[in-house]
Amino acid sequence: MKLFYHIGRYLILIGAILQKPEKASIYRHQIIVEMDHLGIQSLGIVAIVSVFMGAVVTIQTAFNTDHPLLPAYAIGFATRQAIILEFSPTVISLILAGKVGSRIASEIGTMRVTEQIDALEIMGVNAAGYLILPKIIASMIINPVLVIISMFLGILGGWVASAATGVVPLSNFVYGILFEFSQFDIYYAIIKTITFAFIIASVSGYFGYYTKGGALEVGHSSTKAVVFSSIYIILFNLILTQILLA
Amino acid sequence: MISVENIRKSFDNVSVLKGISLEFEQGKTNLIIGQSGSGKTVLMKCLVGLLEADSGNVYYDERNFSAMSFQERRAIRKELGMLFQGAALFDSMTVEENVIFPLKMFTTMTRGEMQKRAEFCLERVDLHQVEHMYPADLSGGMKKRVAIARAISINPKYLLCDEPNSGLDPPTALIIDQLIRDITKEFNTTTVVNTHDMKSVMEIGDKVAFIYQGELGWQGSRHNIMTANNRELNKFISASGVVMPSEISRK
Repeated sequence: MKLFYHIGRYLILIGAILQKPEKASIYRHQIIVEMDHLGIQSLGIVAIVSVFMGAVVTIQTAFNTDHPLLPAYAIGFATRQAIILEFSPTVISLILAGKVGSRIASEIGTMRVTEQIDALEIMGVNAAGYLILPKIIASMIINPVLVIISMFLGILGGWVASAATGVVPLSNFVYGILFEFSQFDIYYAIIKTITFAFIIASVSGYFGYYTKGGALEVGHSSTKAVVFSSIYIILFNLILTQILLA
Repeated sequence: MISVENIRKSFDNVSVLKGISLEFEQGKTNLIIGQSGSGKTVLMKCLVGLLEADSGNVYYDERNFSAMSFQERRAIRKELGMLFQGAALFDSMTVEENVIFPLKMFTTMTRGEMQKRAEFCLERVDLHQVEHMYPADLSGGMKKRVAIARAISINPKYLLCDEPNSGLDPPTALIIDQLIRDITKEFNTTTVVNTHDMKSVMEIGDKVAFIYQGELGWQGSRHNIMTANNRELNKFISASGVVMPSEISRK
């Protein structure tokens, strides 16, 4: 029963978020601000994770596909496919669920317990829309950019690992990276990323918005935001993979 | 004028408001007083719609707020300024941005006009050179004054204050009280103040309503509160440190 209660309340919140903004110019400005807070400020961790992820995927693939019947370029090909189809969109989104999700939930939760949301409502502002909609739109715009950067850096990390360790000749690695490239893979990754961005911002916003109590509850909301965003990302990853690749 | 008609509110079968009817007059400072847990904060929240009353009506100048849709309520709220117990300033904004926020949201004023209005409102609450500071850098009294400046920036018809003096030292509390009283006269607002501070009552209480266990225990003005024939109110006054006339004569 509790599940239906939360689903119902989440849908009501989404309905409130999607109401017509009081002043579009203020929302536009907020979107830019949030793109910086939620996206640009996450660039560092995305870059570090991507480079190392690409390097590890390349080395792991090389060690696990060491067979005379498998061509050497298959390592580059497998690295590319793994990074574009799964690691960049899903793993980076999971990392963003931790970094951005906790930030959103704690920011909105603190505003709730310090009556700042009440103050917005008393002024006649649609608090849910003003606080959450710019975060959702900003995430849906900036996260795909982060994921594309992650793809590039992941493959670059693989290339560096190949060059540094010699697990695969560089020419073969590059040939594998370019082998039978399909644009649809990129679209698939972006569709997944946009869906995950919506999940991260809206689920975290939901837990922050309905925080009750004080500092302890803000912490709980933040934790729940990360846990549930991650669960929904994994669940929707399965659903979208089945729908888009089947 | 704001009027409340037979408001009832319960939480988990515990009745907090038991059919309160009151009128808050325009141009006057209307006080709701009572002990902690008496239901005055719940009444205040029902007034502004932060809590939904189980039954009864709230009228803003004959407009039935309780029967309004969400959109209609938002229109009424644009005429309303509220001072929260903890000031509720927006942490991520400077003092000036806090004050001009309602103007940015609901008016077509230019940036310059908004800044002038913010300057006027901050001067009105006797704050200078704080425009670019953040709420975290302000003292409790300064935060309350910024919150008043924000509340009056849109020329509200109604001003609601929830425990405006809580956490303030007596001299600062007196300044806040005087500001509320002066602004009420100057802007001719219907002001409702929720407090348990008897000093505030004696300073600004044009009209006082005493809430006791969710019911209206007594109402009158600060001039006749000391001679009120109400046992619970007399106990409340004595407990707050104000000496009752009966005690003076006994001494």
